[in-house]
Amino acid sequence: MRPQKAFAALIPCLALLGVIMMSPASSALATEGKPGGTLRLLANAAAGTADPHINYTLQYFQINYVLYDGLVTYKKAGDKTGFEVVADLAESLPQVENGGKTYVFKLRKGIKFADGSDVTTKDVVASFQRIFKISGPTAGTFYKGIVGADACLKAPAACTLEGGLSVDDAAGSITFNLVQPDAEFLQKLAVPHASILPASAPLKDAGTDPIPGTGPYMIASYDPNKLMKIVRNPHFKEWSKEAQPAGYPDEIDYEFGLTDEAAVTAVENGQADWMFDPPPSDRLAELGTKYAAQVTVHPLTAMWYAPMNTNLAPFNDIRVRQAVNFAIDRAAIVKLFGGSNLAQPACQILPPGFPSFAAYCSFTANPGEKWSAPDMDKAKQLVAESGTAGQEVTIITEDTTVSKAIGVYLQDVLNQLGYKTSVKPISQNIQFTYIQNTNNKVQISISQWFQDYPAPSNFLQVLFSCASFTPGSDASVNISGFCDKSIDASMDEAEAATIADPAKGATLWTAIDKAVTDKAPVAVLFTPKRVDVISSRLKNFTFSPQFYWIVSQSWVE
Amino acid sequence: MVNVIADQPAIPVRRATDGPWRTAWRKLKGDRSAISAFAVLVVIVIASLAAPLYARYVSGTDPFATNLNGEIVVDGVTQPVLQPSTEGLGLGMTPVGPTWRIGPYMLGADNQGRDVAARLLYGGRDSLLISGAAAVLCLVLATFLGVVSGFFGGIVDIGLSRILDVLWAFPIFLLAISLSIVLIAQSIQIGPFEIRSGSLWLPVFIIGIVYVPYVARPIRGHILTLMHAEFVTAAIGVGASPWRILLRDIMPNVVTRIIVFVPLILALNMMTESSLSFLSIGVQPPDASWGTIIQDGQGLLYSRPVVALAPGLAIVITVLALNILGDGVRDALDPKSSPRGV
Repeated sequence: MRPQKAFAALIPCLALLGVIMMSPASSALATEGKPGGTLRLLANAAAGTADPHINYTLQYFQINYVLYDGLVTYKKAGDKTGFEVVADLAESLPQVENGGKTYVFKLRKGIKFADGSDVTTKDVVASFQRIFKISGPTAGTFYKGIVGADACLKAPAACTLEGGLSVDDAAGSITFNLVQPDAEFLQKLAVPHASILPASAPLKDAGTDPIPGTGPYMIASYDPNKLMKIVRNPHFKEWSKEAQPAGYPDEIDYEFGLTDEAAVTAVENGQADWMFDPPPSDRLAELGTKYAAQVTVHPLTAMWYAPMNTNLAPFNDIRVRQAVNFAIDRAAIVKLFGGSNLAQPACQILPPGFPSFAAYCSFTANPGEKWSAPDMDKAKQLVAESGTAGQEVTIITEDTTVSKAIGVYLQDVLNQLGYKTSVKPISQNIQFTYIQNTNNKVQISISQWFQDYPAPSNFLQVLFSCASFTPGSDASVNISGFCDKSIDASMDEAEAATIADPAKGATLWTAIDKAVTDKAPVAVLFTPKRVDVISSRLKNFTFSPQFYWIVSQSWVE
Repeated sequence: MVNVIADQPAIPVRRATDGPWRTAWRKLKGDRSAISAFAVLVVIVIASLAAPLYARYVSGTDPFATNLNGEIVVDGVTQPVLQPSTEGLGLGMTPVGPTWRIGPYMLGADNQGRDVAARLLYGGRDSLLISGAAAVLCLVLATFLGVVSGFFGGIVDIGLSRILDVLWAFPIFLLAISLSIVLIAQSIQIGPFEIRSGSLWLPVFIIGIVYVPYVARPIRGHILTLMHAEFVTAAIGVGASPWRILLRDIMPNVVTRIIVFVPLILALNMMTESSLSFLSIGVQPPDASWGTIIQDGQGLLYSRPVVALAPGLAIVITVLALNILGDGVRDALDPKSSPRGV
């Protein structure tokens, strides 16, 4: 689960997993290559803090995977095995004991942080305490099942995780005790939010001051207005090729500030090697023809959506939220994203092909399995019933071409429904945190969510559970502020059922998907595909379903 | 007998001289560049005012509503307004290009499927309205401040001049952008008047304010000069009241200076409005101004450059015409003046 440029994994299931369309790149890690050189990456804007425990964006998850390590990680592979969890800083995958409530890891020896200090069990304990002490965005969702997490969530500064996390320094073992079995616990430990950092890491958002990691690279400097310079970690020695292989480039320069138009031109001309942002729509035809050999398109398990604040008028009325869902012409929005080859209309939370996905669309002209057309009459009727027509609504978008265009389209829809709507594009750099913070009183916004790992909870629980809603925080990924106690209870039930009876768990998650969709805390717009544009000199572009482009495994000629 | 009278030199017939206004008008009429510029401006204003008629009877589309699923008939062939790419990887959608015929989508569509020509005319209306209203606001405020400061002098002059100095010290665009960012998301209350977020009056207010020092200071300087002119000294000598001196002796001489400023401030306002709108902090969607249309076209520079070029050209022509007219007016009314002189 990650927002906006949030990260992560993708291709849900096996069905989509292998789907790598039109890719000139290889899908397996290279066994040969030429180390050296500098990779030049471009993004319209930086993605905020460099703190791996806080940053929840696709943009920096992708980078953090080569800067930091957890006890486990996802296999760095360009095929479906990229979803497999493998041992990283732990010697091996853990022993699971006590009916799935206890996980015992053994820490590898001889690994050092980029500052030269040894990685110890003390660092592991401090890192997990830190997740709570800094109120990390997934503390209340991913890691709430650790014994002692409740107390940490209530009083972060005093967090000890007593009873939940214990170590044996001599043996180098780390033991997690969970309140109840969690079928996704290893997957949650494999994301950058569970990175092991030095015990001396600041107990606050590190911002632009990089924290030493254990990966093959480290941040040498970070200026969000200009450049993140990434260089080799001098203390890195490869310990597991599948977990954290050594990288090829000597240096990675991640530059910020170029528009997406300029970035495309730079990559086409070989002045840069890759751009994070989706290419602007007016360049797609050119890229798809003249530069087809430098373009890859991959399906994603992700969604573009419009979170509606369920605690602010007019969207505190479910009829208004449903009206918006009925009114949106998703096929039209797909055109704004680049057409049907790059996106598919969607109107439920779980993306197609995802575990527990069962096609369902209640907000369409002919409710059923698929979205077919908007139903403006129904939408207007719901708004009339709500008595909210005439109210002012502000849409917060990113200042990117696509996000702004969708915002303008949504403004038109809301105006047709009788609202006085305005659009406020704000910098991509801050939009995601801005729309999360209830202090900003955001009514409706445009955002994106990319899976962290292929599990339905990764969308449903993270985005719509009460625990994900933290009023006044920049890290409250439940942007809608949606909190339904009965749905929350169902999620807990589904979580438990997934361990005891996976089939029943899957059925429960399917029902939750429909229930949340019907409550309409968001308007799901479409399922996107990822377009990567690379320079002609960049070789071994490897697209992992979990990491997307594995930056460290490409080299330049 | 000699006719003495006949031998004397003839007394020249005293001809009635033209007043200063008539003289200025005569000079202006003789300035072909200025008259041509004026004619261009008239055409632009009329075309912009006719925007609703164009949208209704020629374009037949709503220039403020998205039309992503729309269709257009060109040469008897029905085409989608947004056309999918069918070559290569089949990526992207391209808005329909200009038909170059009077009718729907004469200048093509933008990325929301809206008629660019209709939006261009509406944009011109908003740009001209904002520029004009901001010019009025600016000139009224600047004249008041300049006159009060220059005429009353003393501590009033010192106080007002320092305030103007502070405003003058800010780079214009930095000040305008700062004000816009602060005010764009909220309403502002000025006495009984409320300017709501997203209102066209917000850029009017901002642009009207930022150029006040550029007009007020020259007016103040001009008044200081006039205060030492012989005719003012004479009026003071015969005991004329300060108000009489201000209204009868000073103001008539200031009015010409103000008129000279009108086209120049209009041109500056238009540039500023376009810049703010281009940066998303001026006119807010779905309203259009030439600046917002350029911004819309920025994302289509490669596929449909006309979306950005058309409003850009409109701005160039309008500003050029205003500047040429401004020069003509200045030459006619106040040939010795320097618009920025103090």
